[in-house]
Amino acid sequence: MTVQQSIRPEAAQATGEVVMSARHVAKHYGAVKALKGVNFDIHRGQVTTLFGENGAGKSTLMKILSGIVTPTSGQILLDGEPVSFHGANDALAQGISIIHQELALAPNLNVRDNIFMGREIRTPRGVDFAEEERVTRALMEELEEEIDPLTPVEELRLGQQQIVEIARALQARSRILIMDEPTSALSASEVEVLFKVINDLTAKGVSIVYISHHLEEALEVTDHAVVLRDGEMTAYAPRAEIDLEWIVRNMVGEGFDLGSPPASRTGEPALIIEDLCVPDPSGHGLVVDHMNLSVRCGEIVCIYGLMGAGRTEMMECAAGRIRAREGAVKLHGCDVSHLSIAERIDAGLVLVPEDRQRDGLVQTMTVGQNLSLSSIAAFTRGLFTSRKAERKVVEDSIREVTVKTDGGGAMIGSLSGGNQQKVVIGKMLATRPEVILLDEPSRGIDVGAKAEVFKLLARTAEERGLAVLYSTSEVGECLSIAHRIVVMNRGRISAEFDHTATKEQIMAASGEAVHH
Amino acid sequence: MADITNSKPAGGGMGLNIGKILLEGRAFFALVAIIVVFSILSPVYFSLGNFLIMSSHVAIFGLLAIGMLLVILNGGIDLSVGSTLGLSGVVAGFLMQGVEIPAAGVVLYPPVWAVVVLTVLLGAFVGLINGVLIAIFNVPAFVATLGMLYVARGVALLMTNGLTYNNLGGDAALGNTGFDWLGFNRIAGVPIGVIVLALVALAVGLVLARSAFGRWLYASGGNERAAELSGVPTRGVKISVYVLSGICAAIAGLVLSSQLTSAGPTAGTTYELTAIAAVVIGGAALTGGRGNVLGTMLGAFVIGFLSDGLVIIGVSAYWQTVFTGAVIVLAVLLNSLQYGRSGR
Ligand SMILES: Nc1ncnc2c1ncn2[C@@H]1O[C@H](COP(=O)(O)OP(=O)(O)OP(=O)(O)O)[C@@H](O)[C@H]1O
Ligand SMILES: [Mg+2]
Repeated sequence: MTVQQSIRPEAAQATGEVVMSARHVAKHYGAVKALKGVNFDIHRGQVTTLFGENGAGKSTLMKILSGIVTPTSGQILLDGEPVSFHGANDALAQGISIIHQELALAPNLNVRDNIFMGREIRTPRGVDFAEEERVTRALMEELEEEIDPLTPVEELRLGQQQIVEIARALQARSRILIMDEPTSALSASEVEVLFKVINDLTAKGVSIVYISHHLEEALEVTDHAVVLRDGEMTAYAPRAEIDLEWIVRNMVGEGFDLGSPPASRTGEPALIIEDLCVPDPSGHGLVVDHMNLSVRCGEIVCIYGLMGAGRTEMMECAAGRIRAREGAVKLHGCDVSHLSIAERIDAGLVLVPEDRQRDGLVQTMTVGQNLSLSSIAAFTRGLFTSRKAERKVVEDSIREVTVKTDGGGAMIGSLSGGNQQKVVIGKMLATRPEVILLDEPSRGIDVGAKAEVFKLLARTAEERGLAVLYSTSEVGECLSIAHRIVVMNRGRISAEFDHTATKEQIMAASGEAVHH
Repeated sequence: MADITNSKPAGGGMGLNIGKILLEGRAFFALVAIIVVFSILSPVYFSLGNFLIMSSHVAIFGLLAIGMLLVILNGGIDLSVGSTLGLSGVVAGFLMQGVEIPAAGVVLYPPVWAVVVLTVLLGAFVGLINGVLIAIFNVPAFVATLGMLYVARGVALLMTNGLTYNNLGGDAALGNTGFDWLGFNRIAGVPIGVIVLALVALAVGLVLARSAFGRWLYASGGNERAAELSGVPTRGVKISVYVLSGICAAIAGLVLSSQLTSAGPTAGTTYELTAIAAVVIGGAALTGGRGNVLGTMLGAFVIGFLSDGLVIIGVSAYWQTVFTGAVIVLAVLLNSLQYGRSGR
């Protein structure tokens, strides 16, 4: 690991005034060294992007800058003066706000109340709800999102919740805005809107820190790039000097490739979805509208679509989480529509859900217990579980999906976001499924891990004849391992391509405006 | 940058570890402290005989607390255990008095084993009602079991008309003697109640640590949605914990009425609160997913040994209440220290 260019404050000065910086900041969690003495600068009115693998320490550094975590050692300078924050509110008062990687919203409250949570507009006669609602509407307009301020957050899709989280940070009108993977659940057009907002903000002198695993996307907005690796800063360069290859080389040390479809020897249809209709939660209309799809053994199919196209609902319905109004889900020709989730898992049909915090992980359990949760039967001998057999299942999974952890006994919350995602995938693969549905499996994982996950899926498909159906909102990911790309639009399949399709074709079929 | 990395991890680490051990073993250290203090204050406290007597008092709360632990691990609460305990005692007493069958004109005296089985079934039935209301009809656990608290107590009062069944010793001529065995006998000097508690604790401990059901319970208490999507039968688990809690309450009811050789309809009033306190002192999180049997047992012993100790040194009953309350609040405070910090 070579330090390509350590940060040079003189050089930084030349490209814009530094408003905030971290000096030799280290953070240790017990034996884990999340940060090992990092220097980091935020430039006034510019976007600084932080790249790095899962677990590199990006979120940790951002939590330190926003007062949520106190560093083990090192210094934070704000306008050149050393500061130490006592909690997030302290940092907020000094004009620093953060959009969290893991959503931090109150699901029972509505959009308006979430945006103003903790900083309500108070008048002598109580909270000024009308004004709050007006501001919320304005924010939603700015973000070009049709979300009613009075909708409870739990009724919103994940991507819309992310919009609310962004709006919440925008509302604070801070001078330093930290965005930790703000776009992981957004569609391409929403990302574009966000970038417009970012440009407006920087024009007004707001300084932004941006973190994303969507590298190409991040390149569009960034002015400075910093790469973190294993808790150390390994590279810095201004926008003019970087390209995709530079980032990937500094992040993972090699070129990256999301793979190509495995040599196809696809067999009989494994999963057949027939005439599937899923009602809208509100009761009128259908989110999945008479959909037909079949996936063969050993075949990899990608579903592309905008948010709200019905991908999540289709997968949840196939996995047994929600009921269909009409239609059938068949596994190897047998109708499984009446089976429970557990019975479908036993039959070999599993789902990796989109929202890992809410649906994927049990936060009170360890990495190992999470990994083995769906395959308890595999290591139960008679009445009791066998520790030895369980350890083997866990260790195999950790190796198979390459989770970065100190071992199965670590708490799941101590893992970085991407590694948590790998645990959710590993849990389902450990059940040795025949059909695996993955809803946005690459959400929040780094390029290296993404390539590994795809490679793993491709290998399993090839070796075991696993039928894979994954959804994505990043076009680039459609054109990787998938044999077939299915585009969904408003609950229906609007087009189907093989792996020779172009990005433009796919995006056009999804009903997305192509601006390039 | 490298020089910043090794900033005195050794010394700080040690201090943290001792603090951590004290925090995690708090119920144990509290119990040791209670025993030491009362042994100094009273010469009679520190003796095997006294410990066994106190333990047989703990047995009642301990049994309730184990059932409560299962419910709390699931993220629920069972407020009905005190009433179920009372109702079970009354039903046992009722059966021991003989059941008159008017049609045949005879009075049936079921043997003691049948009384025990029927009473345990009753406890399971009460739990089943709770479980079905909560898991199938989505009634909040607090409300469903609060209702059951009143209903079970009311049924007990109705059955006895407010009076107490005395004299549960049975009659050799009727072949139903031996009910007091549970409360009075000892095996190798250990009261049967304590042995029952130990067996139940062992069994539940083993189930929690080593069975699929245990893993399901921790998972659905920690995140029910994720557990369900992972194939855990979350509804079944939920119903089961209330059934098991009802069974524990019925066993506690049998032990208590056997210890007293009488069964009153008001037995066990507010015991549910003591059981919750024991679980919480034992380090379980009321939000579910965290806790274990060892902690809960320590919690039960802390409460039992504290209140008996206060009686032995002659502190007024009112002060006992104050002390118990203070211990509970302190325990919850330490819980939030332990769990609140790990989130950061
Ligand atoms: N509360 C914690 N306790 C223990 N270890 C932690 C804790 N928080 C983070 N870590 C560890 O610190 C390291 C850095 O984590 P961090 O979340 O900053 O990574 P990241 O760069 O944001 O990764 P990702 O891209 O996956 O979000 C990881 O190895 C992680 O396991
Ligand atoms: Mg992160």
